[in-house]
Parts: sequence; C-alpha cells; structure tokens
Amino acid sequence: MNDVQLKNPMYAELDRVIDSYRDAKGPLIQVLHRAQEIFGYLPPEVQQFVSQRMGIPPSKVYGVVTFYNFFRTVPQGKHVINVCLGTACHVKGADRVVEILREELGIGIGQTTEDRQFTLSAVRCLGACGLAPVMMIDEEVYGKLDRAKIKHVLQQYAS
Amino acid sequence: MKEILIRIDGKEVSAPAGSTILEVAKQQGIPIPTLCHLDGLSDIGACRMCIVDVGGKIVTSCTTKIAEGMEVITNSDRLAELRRLNLELIFAERNHVCSMCVSNNHCELQDLACDLGMQHVEVPYAYPRLSLDASHPKFIIDQNRCILCGRCVRVCAEVEGAHVWGIAGRGSEARVITELGIDWGDAEMCTDCGKCVQVCPTGAIVEKGKAAAEMEKHPELVTTLKERREND
Ligand code: SF4
Ligand code: SF4
Ligand code: FES
Ligand code: FES
Repeated sequence: MNDVQLKNPMYAELDRVIDSYRDAKGPLIQVLHRAQEIFGYLPPEVQQFVSQRMGIPPSKVYGVVTFYNFFRTVPQGKHVINVCLGTACHVKGADRVVEILREELGIGIGQTTEDRQFTLSAVRCLGACGLAPVMMIDEEVYGKLDRAKIKHVLQQYAS
Repeated sequence: MKEILIRIDGKEVSAPAGSTILEVAKQQGIPIPTLCHLDGLSDIGACRMCIVDVGGKIVTSCTTKIAEGMEVITNSDRLAELRRLNLELIFAERNHVCSMCVSNNHCELQDLACDLGMQHVEVPYAYPRLSLDASHPKFIIDQNRCILCGRCVRVCAEVEGAHVWGIAGRGSEARVITELGIDWGDAEMCTDCGKCVQVCPTGAIVEKGKAAAEMEKHPELVTTLKERREND
C-alpha cells in the first residue's frame, strides 16, 4: 500500500472500511464484500491492499476470494449471462448451450469478453424448467435454446 | 491436568483432558493410518484416513478430543472398508503413476496403499490435467500429485512463519497456491527454507533435479524442530 493508492478515492474508502472493522471478529469476508462494492471486482492490487492493511497473509485472502462464488477477480461485462446448469437444463443439453456460447463469444464460464460486453456465469435452476434449456441475460429469461435462438438473442445485446 | 478415562479397543486407559483420540492411540501403541496429520503441526482433519468408531459414529481421530467414558474402536471391517474407499478416492482424484514419480518408494501415500492392501482403484480416475510450477529456483510443485493435505500450508505458516501457501477454490477445483495465486518463484515471502518439501507426503512438492524414485523426504525434521523450540 502506498500514498499514491490512498489518493485514489476508492482506496481511501476501502481504507476507512477496514478501519471501521478494526474490532470486529473475523472481518475479512465483510471487508472483501465492501471492497467488491467499491471496485466492482477484486483484482490482485485490491487483495494485496486488504492483506497488508489487515495483516492477513495474501495466501489466505486469495483462499477466501476463490472459495466463495460471490467474489469476482475479473471485472464484470456490461451484460451478465447466467446459463442454467440445473437438472432439467442439464438433461435438455445445457452443455451444448455453454459450448455454443463459447463458440459465439470466445469465453467460458466465469470469464468476460475482451470488449467487456458479456460475462458468462452459471446458476443451478432458474425456476423455469419447463423452458429448458434456459439462460438469463441481466433480468431477462430465454428458454428452449438452440443455436439459432442463442445467436439471435446475443445480437439484440451486442451494441 | 485433569485425567479422563476412555475405553479404546476394549482397553480402559486414562489420558489428560484435551488429548485427541489419535494421541491416546499412539501412546497405547495402537496404529491408526494418517496422512494430513504430522506431529508438530495443527490438525485440520483433511484426509479422513484416521477415522475411528466412537459409539457407532465415524469421526476423525486427529481432530476429536477424548471425553469421559468414550468407547473407541480403531479397527473393524467397516473402518477398513471406509479407509480403503477413501484412499481410492484420493488416488482417483489426481494422477499417481508411481513408477514415473520422483517420490516412488519414498511416498507416504504409496506406503499407506500398501499397508491397507489397496490393490486397485474401483472408482473411475478423474485424471485432470493440472499445472506444474517450476518457477522457484530450487523446488517444483506438481499439482497432479497433490492430495490437498494442507501440510505445506501449515508448516509454512506455523513453523516457518512465512504464510506462503494457501488453498484456493473448493471441492474438485481446490488447489494449493502461493500468495495471491502467483508463480512460486515470484512469491516474495518464501524464504527458500524447504520445509514444505520435507513435509509434503507425496511427490507434489519436490526438489529440482531429481529423477524417478530419487526424492527422499524427512517430515520428522519438522517435528523435532517444533519440539526443540517448545523445550527452549
Ligand atoms: S520453502 Fe519455506 S518459506 Fe518457502 S514456501 Fe516452502 S515452507 Fe514456505
Ligand atoms: S502440495 Fe503436498 S503438502 Fe501441500 S497439500 Fe499438496 S500433498 Fe499436501
Ligand atoms: S433446471 Fe434450468 S431452469 Fe430449472
Ligand atoms: S490424519 Fe486425521 S484427517 Fe488426516
């Protein structure tokens, strides 16, 4: 951590957050939550900052960040695609959906396209099993997916 | 310290409160297989090899403290079966082709398989293709041979005080990592002491320049070191 970092308002805020948790017990997860709210994701510099300021080894911070699905180490795209890997969708070919999305966007689950348009992630059942296989883009659900439909839907989001 | 009375394999014994079942068994000369446990390090119950039967319940003896009147069975058909299955799962999770390994003939995992009479693995092998990091000037970490026992993590934190190793991810995605998941060679906190090499029970963390079967380890060095420090 250095003064240059602290001149950055986001780091300054994170610094205050860490101070406010000074006497809390096991505050690492809460601090990381807040850090992700501030930065949008948790790049190595932010993890390093948290590690140094809280006196927790980097290996431990990284362990926690990678343990919980909630934490992201890469920035999120403009649109988030959640592919359902629940039982019904699995049976109806969710693997194919992931494969087609990989072909179309060049990314796998947990990744973001280079132009930061899309982030691909997975969920277990969206409660729309009758429409399986299903994916959700931002707040919108798309079902009965096949290659043509996926292509068509993606086009609507590409700006 | 307060003494507690338990029954272990039918024999009544007393031991200080706070002892683990494993400690008591050792004092009594009763062998229990272990992998993640190492005298001198804390216990985390990661490998599940040290299971025993306490009144019908299966628990890990390295992390379970004795209690007054406890009835412990350290060996039975059921326990043998569970231990063997557990060991098979450990083998199936990564890649343990012993004949190619620098730790062949000096491997705690291999020894245990021999001791427990494991002749084959019935569960399908996962054979993931994992990375090998040779960026450290003296040592190598081959994820394909790691059993996630966490000894490297503990020795580096508890004995060396360097906190280089950690475990990232979870379930089948879990991996040992150095610092923020960077290359070991870039880990600034590593003192090159080699303790993690000595305690790693398999051929996962090894010295460079060893051919198959050449890597001998001495985990007991760490135990002695720890004892000496405590007596000072
Ligand atoms: S060589 Fe020593 S300091 Fe470096 S990772 Fe291994 S135990 Fe830790
Ligand atoms: S690298 Fe070795 S000591 Fe570390 S967790 Fe894997 S098997 Fe255990
Ligand atoms: S399993 Fe996919 S919506 Fe239920
Ligand atoms: S030795 Fe007890 S769980 Fe590994």
